[in-house]
Amino acid sequence: MSGERPAHRPRSAWALALAFNQLALQGFGGVLPVAQHELVERRGWLTKAEFLELLALGQVLPGPNIVNMALMFGHRHFGLRGAVAALLGLTAVPTLIVLALVALYGRFNELAPVAGALRGMAAVAAGLVLAMGLKLLPSLRKSPLGWLAALGVVALSLVLILVLHWPLPAVLGSVGVGSVLWAWWRLGAEVKPE
Amino acid sequence: MSAAAALGWGDWAQLILHFMLLSLLSIGGAITTAPEMHRFMVREHGWISGADFSQSIALAQSAPGPNVLFVAVLGWQLGGVMGAIATMAGILLPSSALTLALAHWSRRRRDSRGVRAFTGGLAPLTVALLLSTGWLLAEPAHAHLGALALFAGSALVSWRWRLSPLWLIAAGAVAGALGLV
Repeated sequence: MSGERPAHRPRSAWALALAFNQLALQGFGGVLPVAQHELVERRGWLTKAEFLELLALGQVLPGPNIVNMALMFGHRHFGLRGAVAALLGLTAVPTLIVLALVALYGRFNELAPVAGALRGMAAVAAGLVLAMGLKLLPSLRKSPLGWLAALGVVALSLVLILVLHWPLPAVLGSVGVGSVLWAWWRLGAEVKPE
Repeated sequence: MSAAAALGWGDWAQLILHFMLLSLLSIGGAITTAPEMHRFMVREHGWISGADFSQSIALAQSAPGPNVLFVAVLGWQLGGVMGAIATMAGILLPSSALTLALAHWSRRRRDSRGVRAFTGGLAPLTVALLLSTGWLLAEPAHAHLGALALFAGSALVSWRWRLSPLWLIAAGAVAGALGLV
């Protein structure tokens, strides 16, 4: 961590849980933008650089990015207690809300408009996930694999998953391992003196 | 959504173990493992229909909170509250333990060749998984022209413009309630 220090810090694990609960409840269709606003701009618990660093780590590690960020942020301030507080703050109340929605839906799904609304929302949700993938495609220009090779990995993975229905471990074990090794080799070639 | 097939203890053990494995593979978010969950729960075991699978994700996205909550909804479909707790624990515990263990270690080695090769190498796979997830979730919509238009339209709008997803989800709900989908 270099540069500025954050202006404030959470006073207690309880304050941490409340803050993460609050930002989760504002996040429809993605919590990350809200987290950036709340933690950096409104509360001043993180600088922008620190937020970026946490996000990068959260993306490398398996698990939901925002959950990983909450765990690391909580752990940094209050140890294991802080990590658990942040995780529960982020997930407990939203889980209850979504399950209540499902239960309500179960009761009213005989009604044509309700079933129709859900079908419409499902179609949009699918479109949103597809768009997320499309938005990330250009960032592969900076891939250590090279732009064309990275696109090749995308195409190959798509064929394996959608056409051949390979299980994920098989895809990661073949294309994933190959891609990481290729990146490792390219990064090594990059630093050699010319 | 209809009551799903009753699962025995062996099924539950298999499901939780599978989700724990997926937890460790969910680089780029839990949603990137959705195609594998779909393959496992819908294609291989038939515990839940493809339409119910897609609607679970739609319901989760229509509620506030992290996207990973769709896993709780899938668990709920299979076994109520206990099912939700089981699948959430399965998808969150292994990755959380790993995150806490590695956070300290990786903070010092973020710029190392190994970490960069790992992230850079897996980035295209993450993108492919997002695209596949979008495609698989739209499967129930493929047969219906209105739903297909909604899927393609929302993908295009969200891709090209910075509009809050909330508006698109609401538009989809209205279009569906009016019987257009």
